Amino acid sequence: MKANVRTSLTDLVPPLVALVLAGVVSSVIVLLTGESPLRIAHVMLSGSVGGAGSIAGTLEEATPLIFTGLCVAIAMRAGLFNIGGEGQLVVGAFVAAWIGYRVGGLDPALHVALCIALAGAAGALWALIPGLLKARFGAHEVINTIMLNYIAFILTNYLIGLPYFRKPGQIPQTEDVLASALLPRMTFLYKYTRLNLGFVLAVVCALLVFILLRKTGLGFEIRSVGYNPLASRAAGISVVRSTLMAMAIGGFLAGMAGSERVLGVHRHFISPFPFGYGFAGIAVALLGRNRPLGVVVAALFFGALANGGAQVDIATTVPRELVTVIQAIVIIFVACEYPIRHLVLRRRGAET
Amino acid sequence: MSRSRVVVAVLVAVLGTAAFGGCQKGEREGRAAGDGPDPSRIRVGLVLSVGGLGDKSFNDSAYEGLKRAEKELGIEGVYGQPEQMAEDEKYLRQYAVQGMDLVIAVGFLMKDALGQVSAEFPDSRFAIIDAVVDQPNVASLVFSEHEGSFLVGAIAGLKTKTGIIGFIGGMDIPLIHKFEVGYTEGAEYVRPGIEVLSAYAGSGPEAFHDPVKGKSLALSQFNRGADIIFQAAGSTGNGVIDAAVEKGLYAIGVDANQNYMAPGHVLTSMVKRVDVAVFEIIREVAGDRFSGGVHVYGLEVDGVGYSLDEHNEGLLPEDVIARVESIKRDIIAGKIKVTDYTAAR
Repeated sequence: MKANVRTSLTDLVPPLVALVLAGVVSSVIVLLTGESPLRIAHVMLSGSVGGAGSIAGTLEEATPLIFTGLCVAIAMRAGLFNIGGEGQLVVGAFVAAWIGYRVGGLDPALHVALCIALAGAAGALWALIPGLLKARFGAHEVINTIMLNYIAFILTNYLIGLPYFRKPGQIPQTEDVLASALLPRMTFLYKYTRLNLGFVLAVVCALLVFILLRKTGLGFEIRSVGYNPLASRAAGISVVRSTLMAMAIGGFLAGMAGSERVLGVHRHFISPFPFGYGFAGIAVALLGRNRPLGVVVAALFFGALANGGAQVDIATTVPRELVTVIQAIVIIFVACEYPIRHLVLRRRGAET
Repeated sequence: MSRSRVVVAVLVAVLGTAAFGGCQKGEREGRAAGDGPDPSRIRVGLVLSVGGLGDKSFNDSAYEGLKRAEKELGIEGVYGQPEQMAEDEKYLRQYAVQGMDLVIAVGFLMKDALGQVSAEFPDSRFAIIDAVVDQPNVASLVFSEHEGSFLVGAIAGLKTKTGIIGFIGGMDIPLIHKFEVGYTEGAEYVRPGIEVLSAYAGSGPEAFHDPVKGKSLALSQFNRGADIIFQAAGSTGNGVIDAAVEKGLYAIGVDANQNYMAPGHVLTSMVKRVDVAVFEIIREVAGDRFSGGVHVYGLEVDGVGYSLDEHNEGLLPEDVIARVESIKRDIIAGKIKVTDYTAAR
């Protein structure tokens, strides 16, 4: 019992050490540029968790990262490296906007559900292309998912230029989606927030992925193939099926992320669509140890960094670039938690 | 054991220094600016457009206006650079939430975002550059780019040896066509029958920061016989200037005075005084006489014009300058009508 308490306390040490080290290194860099580390730390903290508005902003930034983090994590569990979250998100966003403003006369709940489902389906199809190439021909999914990211951005950029999609005006974007397609914003938390029901949806998805991986036969197959594809095949598990399912489910989640951005935050598709959620999803999945609930925690952490960082840019004269450097340093140190843990454990071992 | 103590000691020392340094800095700022917002000072939030600071053009010019207002009017200015266009709305709203006395959106790409936010905060004051947002609490700061472009078009028409000149635009939108049409009319005014080549870098916002594309478009126009190219293309235009240097020919700068970027190869610049517009609107707020609606900055208030400085003085002979000055007077007097592409539509 006592030993257990001690173990869990020691578990907390490495991440804390990582944060402190990140703080030290960032402080030195900030000092070199002549700014005040304390002031930046203060704005970052109050901007990410201080008050309802800040917390809502953090949750809003975390929402797409939960989806894309899950997308990467589920592929990892199947032994696949899906770097295509970016492109899967973009095609999902485009479809959500299209259905959102073109299809009218639907009941709001139905309209939103239709948009999200079709966005997810688009993402899943986009992910199935590299999935099929991998399962059928052994073509490496890393290269194909990366290339499909470019294709997704360029394809949607082309489509948005067509009069059928483009809203008249100087900005390449679609019309705003109809009111019936909007994901309700959680304005009860904070009047001006863009945080919406998509956040709840993201957490529910994390729970579903958790159940899928832990409690279902498909989940067992995916994990088993991830550990050892040869042994799994010998045991009668279809590697093709688990590869396709892991890619499709991941793509569906990334497509949902795109629909959340469109239906809850931006209200239209705009080109270039905000990028970075897909790639950040890789870091989120790694930091969350590819576990669904770990992904949620990691996404919240990234969301806090993103939102706090934006507040520094907005509220102070600190250059945007410095903010990005600080964010990167924090992420590096937190990702380096393993070597730190190793050091801590070795010291503990030496003591006893 | 002792090694870990050393590590801890170093950590404490570094952290302590950092914290101390931070305090010192904070105190210094505290004396200068007051801790936190000082209610007696006007606070202005500036949201920069894609490209951000360092574009040597549009954004830098707006930032200069803010700096000048800080120095001359004693206001407190902050600025933000959204990483992505879709984040503009968040930045604008955040400044409004913070109770800024004036929030300035730099660039037409923020038109929709500002329309949304200014409606949410009817008691806040906003300004937008290069676009018209029809709200009583928004001052829309627009420029007569067609008139300034007419002047540099006339300069190009008077200076060309081949009788062929070029135009390179960034994003293919009405605002940039406004430059092109004015430029073409100016060139034809002084040299009827002149050939004007025209190209655009693209249809999306990325067309404003693609110097490589700008350079290849410019080289192609030079190869087709043009000897002067006017660029209205953000940092894409830096590639045009590059090409002019490489070919030993001429480019015409835009927005800011870009003559210094390649002395001897930038004939002149069609300056658009974004800094003046920013400064003037802040002065209106400081003097408590802010008015919404459209504010036009034209030739008569030097909101637009062509630049003359030590970097291009050898390039423009007296008679060219005299001719352009007389054209300028005629435009102001209404004797020459320049087509405004954005109004014609």
